[in-house]
Amino acid sequence: MDTHRLVYLDHQATTPVDPTVLEAMLPYFGQHFGNAASKGHDFGWAAEKAVDQARESLAAGIGARAREIVFTSGATEADNLAVLGAARMYQTKGQHLISCATEHKAVLDPMQALQAQGYEVTFLGVDAQGRIDLDELRAAIRPDTVLVSIMHGNNEVGNLHPIAEIGAICREHGALFHTDATQTLGKEEIDVDAMNIDLLSASAHKLYGPKGIGMLYVRRRNPRVRLEAIMFGGGHERGLRSGTLNVPGIVGFAKALELCLADRAGQQQRIGALRDRLQKSILERLDFVEFNGDPEHRLACNLNLSFAFIEGESLIMGIPGIAVSSGSACTSASLEPSYVLRAMGVGDELAHSSIRFGIGRFNSEEEIDYVADAVVAAVKRLREMSPLYEMALEGIDLSSVQWQGH
Amino acid sequence: MYSNQVIDHYQNPRNVGSLDKESEDVGTGVVGAPECGDVMKLQIEVQDGVITDARFKTFGCGSAIASSSLATEWLKGRTLDDATSIRNSDIAKELALPPVKIHCSVLAEDAIRQAIADYQAKQEGK
Repeated sequence: MDTHRLVYLDHQATTPVDPTVLEAMLPYFGQHFGNAASKGHDFGWAAEKAVDQARESLAAGIGARAREIVFTSGATEADNLAVLGAARMYQTKGQHLISCATEHKAVLDPMQALQAQGYEVTFLGVDAQGRIDLDELRAAIRPDTVLVSIMHGNNEVGNLHPIAEIGAICREHGALFHTDATQTLGKEEIDVDAMNIDLLSASAHKLYGPKGIGMLYVRRRNPRVRLEAIMFGGGHERGLRSGTLNVPGIVGFAKALELCLADRAGQQQRIGALRDRLQKSILERLDFVEFNGDPEHRLACNLNLSFAFIEGESLIMGIPGIAVSSGSACTSASLEPSYVLRAMGVGDELAHSSIRFGIGRFNSEEEIDYVADAVVAAVKRLREMSPLYEMALEGIDLSSVQWQGH
Repeated sequence: MYSNQVIDHYQNPRNVGSLDKESEDVGTGVVGAPECGDVMKLQIEVQDGVITDARFKTFGCGSAIASSSLATEWLKGRTLDDATSIRNSDIAKELALPPVKIHCSVLAEDAIRQAIADYQAKQEGK
């Protein structure tokens, strides 16, 4: 195969570990390898001290207290613990939960598992921009609603839900509020008290930390949130998550968040400018490109576009070396196009044509220009090959055609 | 992830383009649907029972593009009878398609059959 210049623009999938983060982690593999649960010797104490400091730091980063942080293997586990743990703990109070159609599978799948066990779940729909209707949320909350789970930033289209307003509504109606902040921690401002967040999931590898470490914030006061554990064996993390703590991961997670918060506004501005540059450069040169998401409230790093008349995987093949992702069925294991775009009412043909660009800390302006040029060239080439583009140019309304689908 | 054959056809597609679909010598097959993520248009031009030209345009993944590109290559110079003997399994084998992409070769076989049927219908309607 040809060798290609590599450009990574898939930062919503994962991020590289920042060298400063790696440096902070290294002593905890060899020198301070102790088990943080070993209470009787120096090795254990050194590990415990590092975990305590990291816990303090991570808690401070979201306006929480150290005792409210539960370390997990990642955001998926944190989401599972929040949803399943709250539902099971409060099942005598009620068995109704509320979530949203565009949540990550780490929330949707445990919600569906609860449905199979007899719980009732209301999935709020979204509008064409991916926004929920707050009045619909208000109307959906019932006396037996125990948990509302709405993500902060969407991983596919990047739109930001108004979590402060959602938190206020949940508080007013006496339902617990969980938010999956995997895409926003370290990027958007988060204050669990000001925003009335009761449970919050996050993962280190989305913010230039290591994979395999995440956390769940669990409010301990006003109100005190109680969860039933989903993992047993040793009673670590005050019984909420048994299992030896991933000390290097925890140290790296804290360092990663510290780095993000040290220059949060500056990074957001720089990355947002790169995103705008990419968007402008592509839209100026191509017609029939649809923007997916909320143009106003969105992640600075995210750009999701549908290139009509070409299929997403073929576009990715046409920009070798450039790492992006697609909502096309062909790039997923499920053979279904993106359920997020579907929920937004984006037609399947445009979902198949969607590409997600995720810009990160280490991308340069020059890389953005290189990517824009490559995308424009590939789209033009593929449209020359597309029977749909030909038909559109002939003025044929594609929705009026009798297709012979398989 | 992709075989060299698929990459070759994707990068250097054979016979991209369109023939005059109104011509009596041209048969056109259009299969698939946009919402399924693939649409293939395959056309043949026939002189004295022999396919003298074949063109395609495809909306779809790299394997779909390669399947239709290969189909046009194989169609040229064949008699109509011979063309109907092209099987999706032959296309899948030649391109080393993984199981998840077999439907691309099925679509190409369908497009061939439809193009031939369209041409034959035109001849019978004369």
